[in-house]
Amino acid sequence: MPPDHHEISVTVNGTAYRGRVEARMLLSDFLRHDLRLAGTHVGCEHGVCGACTVLLDGVPVRSCLMLAVQADGHEFMTIEGLAPDAERLHPVQQAMHNHHGLQCGYCTPGILMTMTAFLKENPSPSEDEVREALSGNLCRCTGYQNIVGAVLDAALTMRTSS
Amino acid sequence: MKPAPFRYIAASSLDHALSLKAEHGDDARFLAGGQSLIPAMNFRLARPAVLIDINSLTEIAGVTGSPGSEIRIGAVTRYRALERDDDFLKGCPLFADALPHIAHPAIRNRGTIGGNLSHADPASELPAVALAMQARLRVRSVRGERALTASEFFVGLLTTAVETDEMLTEIILPPPQPRSGSCFMEIARRRGDFALAGVAAVITLDQERRCAAVRLALCGVGDTPVDASAAAACLLGQPCNDQTIAEVAAAVRETVTPSGSVHASAAYQRHIAGVLVGRALKTAHERIGHAA
Amino acid sequence: MTTRYFGAPVRRNEDKRLLTGQALFIDDIELPGMLYAAFLRSQVAHARIRHIDVSRALQREGVVAVYTAADLGAYWQAGPLLVPAPPIPGLVFNARTQVPLAKDKVRHAGEPLAVVIAESRYIAEDALEDILVELEALSVIVDLEAALKTAAAPVHDDLGSNVASHARQIKGDYRSAVAKAALVLKRRFHYEHGISSPIETRGVVAQWDARGRQMTIWDTTQAPVFVRNGLAAILGLGERQVRVIAPFVGGGFGPKIMMFYPEEVTLPWIAMRLNRPIKWIEDRFEHFFATTHERGQIHDAEIALDDEGRILGVKDVFLHDTGAYNPYGLTVPLNSQCTLLGPYVIPAYDSTFTAVFTNLPIVTPYRGAGRQHGVFVIERLLDLAAHELKIDPIEIRRRNLIPPDAFPYKNEIIYQDFQPLEYDSGNYAPVLDKALAAIGYDAFVGHEQPRLRAEGRCVGIGVACYVEGTGIGPYEGAKVQVQTNGKVSVATGVGTQGQGHFTSFAQIVADELGVDVRDIDIVTGDTDQFYWGAGTFASRGAVVAGNAVSAASQAVRRKALKLAAEAFECSEADLVVADGKVSITGIPEKFIRLGELAQRANPMRGAVIPGTEPGLESTQYFGPAKGATANGVHAAIIEVDPETFELKILKYVVVHDCGTVINPLILEGQIHGGVAQGIGNAFFEKLTFDEQGQLQNASLADYLLPTALDVPRMELDHTVTPSPLNPLGTKGAGEAGAIPVGAVFAEAIEDALGLKDKKIELNEIPLSPSRLFELIGGGRT
Repeated sequence: MPPDHHEISVTVNGTAYRGRVEARMLLSDFLRHDLRLAGTHVGCEHGVCGACTVLLDGVPVRSCLMLAVQADGHEFMTIEGLAPDAERLHPVQQAMHNHHGLQCGYCTPGILMTMTAFLKENPSPSEDEVREALSGNLCRCTGYQNIVGAVLDAALTMRTSS
Repeated sequence: MKPAPFRYIAASSLDHALSLKAEHGDDARFLAGGQSLIPAMNFRLARPAVLIDINSLTEIAGVTGSPGSEIRIGAVTRYRALERDDDFLKGCPLFADALPHIAHPAIRNRGTIGGNLSHADPASELPAVALAMQARLRVRSVRGERALTASEFFVGLLTTAVETDEMLTEIILPPPQPRSGSCFMEIARRRGDFALAGVAAVITLDQERRCAAVRLALCGVGDTPVDASAAAACLLGQPCNDQTIAEVAAAVRETVTPSGSVHASAAYQRHIAGVLVGRALKTAHERIGHAA
Repeated sequence: MTTRYFGAPVRRNEDKRLLTGQALFIDDIELPGMLYAAFLRSQVAHARIRHIDVSRALQREGVVAVYTAADLGAYWQAGPLLVPAPPIPGLVFNARTQVPLAKDKVRHAGEPLAVVIAESRYIAEDALEDILVELEALSVIVDLEAALKTAAAPVHDDLGSNVASHARQIKGDYRSAVAKAALVLKRRFHYEHGISSPIETRGVVAQWDARGRQMTIWDTTQAPVFVRNGLAAILGLGERQVRVIAPFVGGGFGPKIMMFYPEEVTLPWIAMRLNRPIKWIEDRFEHFFATTHERGQIHDAEIALDDEGRILGVKDVFLHDTGAYNPYGLTVPLNSQCTLLGPYVIPAYDSTFTAVFTNLPIVTPYRGAGRQHGVFVIERLLDLAAHELKIDPIEIRRRNLIPPDAFPYKNEIIYQDFQPLEYDSGNYAPVLDKALAAIGYDAFVGHEQPRLRAEGRCVGIGVACYVEGTGIGPYEGAKVQVQTNGKVSVATGVGTQGQGHFTSFAQIVADELGVDVRDIDIVTGDTDQFYWGAGTFASRGAVVAGNAVSAASQAVRRKALKLAAEAFECSEADLVVADGKVSITGIPEKFIRLGELAQRANPMRGAVIPGTEPGLESTQYFGPAKGATANGVHAAIIEVDPETFELKILKYVVVHDCGTVINPLILEGQIHGGVAQGIGNAFFEKLTFDEQGQLQNASLADYLLPTALDVPRMELDHTVTPSPLNPLGTKGAGEAGAIPVGAVFAEAIEDALGLKDKKIELNEIPLSPSRLFELIGGGRT
């Protein structure tokens, strides 16, 4: 069959984009290769590893399990939009740096998007709650311990500064 | 792992979706949350020629009804909406138990109850919950509408009674009985994985606090969710204690025929089915209020 | 050097890029005109290839080319043997290496048959389905013991058997050990390690500049220099015409140092043919077949002890699954063979292994690289012997530990560095003591466990000791260069997969040159930036490259002092290097910035003095004579549900000695990550092949990597016994966390469930709730 193309308009990190995508193009590929926002990483393309997690209208979703065409009319935040500006880091990013919560860094963007959204809904989590929220993101390098420490620390920082 | 080519159509209304399905038949699949369908397509295990996106059909999304009455859930209601709806969770405590076991939040933010039930994975939680609660499932097509019981709905491995031109549109849950308690429990290798075995139990007591009714459904131990309520018949008219509950567990262990998998032997699945029945019945019973 | 950064928990220089999604990983590379590759992989594990018809694929719109083995012509050749046969007397060694695309025969499911080049990966995958392959199926060899019996359809026809290698190593006289023994205990052990499964799969991008005659290859390799050398040779190019760049790599763990993978070999050739850049990114499903594994061994082992539990000797005969090809030589089984000796005095050792070809993917080192298997055998033998002799399992270990005055300790047999196994330094008892104190061993065994048991809870404790050979040669090099702006540039041939080289190497330089650690940039993994090296493997990066960085920094420091002394007309002894400047001691206002010295070292006029070089830079190499031996102890308290056999790790302790520590933050991260992989290995990750060599669980939904709910909080401690083998005194630590976890789990679970009294032993890894149920013959209800 001839490829089925669609025009889409999406906003990513506050910037409006227009694109023409084949129906079957995955959102992860659209973000990475059409929009050149390569900070969102692909680890499995079956929704398990969580590396591709982005925020759709503020809510974490697996970009490998959405079609780019479904993004039409929606707002996304990816890792490139997390830090407030070029000089500063989001508290969770800063805490991950302070706690050595990343090694190879490949799973990190997905974890940052997941956990910042989590802390918005749950600003005062216990360690168990953090681990449960993190359990949908696979990391092969860190053993999770420092990520958990970073998230708890960031939660404290965000609570005390707000 | 890229999907095979297909034509994508965003349905503008339920009628539009249904007429598209009637037109394309088995060549078309409905795309709801996509959390089961898209992985299958990425593996090229599913290769629909046409994808009918029903995510914008608000007419079949949302929960209506209040605690104590019949609850109706639109098929395109996302797990996320359900797990944040306190009234719903209070009215349907089996869902409160089961929802956190479904994958992980990012999946639940997109996945829908209709998609889950239509996919009919026997290791999935909600089919067992629907069976235990004796849900009715409304399906529609251009030809009309009909309602199926949960046992009529799940007919085989990844197979439902939904016909080629039909769509599951609504899940109807009967109001809970007084003096009832419920519990869903499962065992999986990791949090969010498919269950090696799971049990949804509902116990209703009479005024003497003996068992008046029991509903028991299991996931993960057959080609479909398994209604094991008949195996719990020995509990009827009895008080619920460790001994009577153990008899039910033993009876269920005899009836289920799990097939085993890379994660567990059939014998292990059968064994934990019994353990979970015991634990779920006990907890369901404990949850029954003393204001009887 | 004055230490300010070395040994300190310095936060990582590389983090910001990674945290903000700005780091370059291989799939981020976008080049104009780029084409995309997809490999057609055999769905059958063993077959003769009768015919491959690619004509329909070539007709598909968007497909640019399709190649099979026949198209490669003279370019088609088996890959090099990466690790030659070790000098073991009487060794049988049959090298059979992988090929770029299968010709005549496929030997494992997933072996590539053809490659499609198309305008997108989507189209390339469509075209795979257009290719018609006619295969004549052959009987499949999966079981190790059956593989040695069956000569019917050997994996390699010309061999007539499936023996890849047979090696026996002997130390002392085991037979006389048995004659003196109070107990000889013999068991069979099955140990399976799994796959590395980094979150980033592999990838290759090849770009050929036809006019400049330059090939650039981006590759997720842990060994860019070796890959450059090998590819240049087979492409018929000079080494200087090939540049291999390993960008940020999302986890390596070993299989990314396997070299001359089919994709690495074919993509540059295709790029030259088509004159367009070609990209191949392995998808997750492919990763299960296309990237190397570690897998299993079967050990028939026995231990001879006196009545006080002192080891008189060990004998071990084992089979090792090497997969369809053995390009990595005997590294994995040699590690198993050597690491079994552990931190113990074992006067007599008779170890034989047969490496067996099977119709399964290739086995090459994965974090631990065979050490797990050896550690499991000796630790289990000691636990079982302790039980038989009624000696406490800790006490039996203590009695056998190599004493601290016995180093360097000679174990005689040949190790993976082809030297007789020798432990450079070690002090084992304090490590054990610290671990026992941290886990609260006496309190647990004496009070807590009885109390928990009285409550009906099944909680047990396991302790395992191990050594880890690290830091082997051949060598690494580093170039340290002070720039005229005062910042320092460092280049080295090793790559990075997350272990913090951008920081740990910078710390070494920072102290030596008195520069802020953040003002030092490190280039790794670019063969145009540094020509020589081996790679990151076998826990050697920090040791070998780190020492090279140190040597180069010291050389630069000497140059700076010399230049400054000349400028100030004073003695070098009067100078201090700090804060990016060289100044006269006690007169801080008399200083020259390092950047200025760099400028002076590169004169525009005048002359460079004969015998010196321009610039404030130095390139130095470090090659250790032999590997350094790190050691450690893991201890865990684990609770088991006696009905469901699910388990919960209540406490996990690691005490480790890797000599001098460069960055404790990075070291802890390595231990955490290693233990997590060990937990996966012990209880979650099992490659399930059927009799046809088909992998039943080829997805992350079914190959179970541990999550944040499966890996506990760990308590870490360490001791420092420096290595005499290198100036920094460091030993490697990358694999330590992963090595003894299987043994710890087996012992703790046996203890929790009181299995030894029931005569049930856990002599296999991985375990699982279902497997425990099977072994115990039904749970408590």
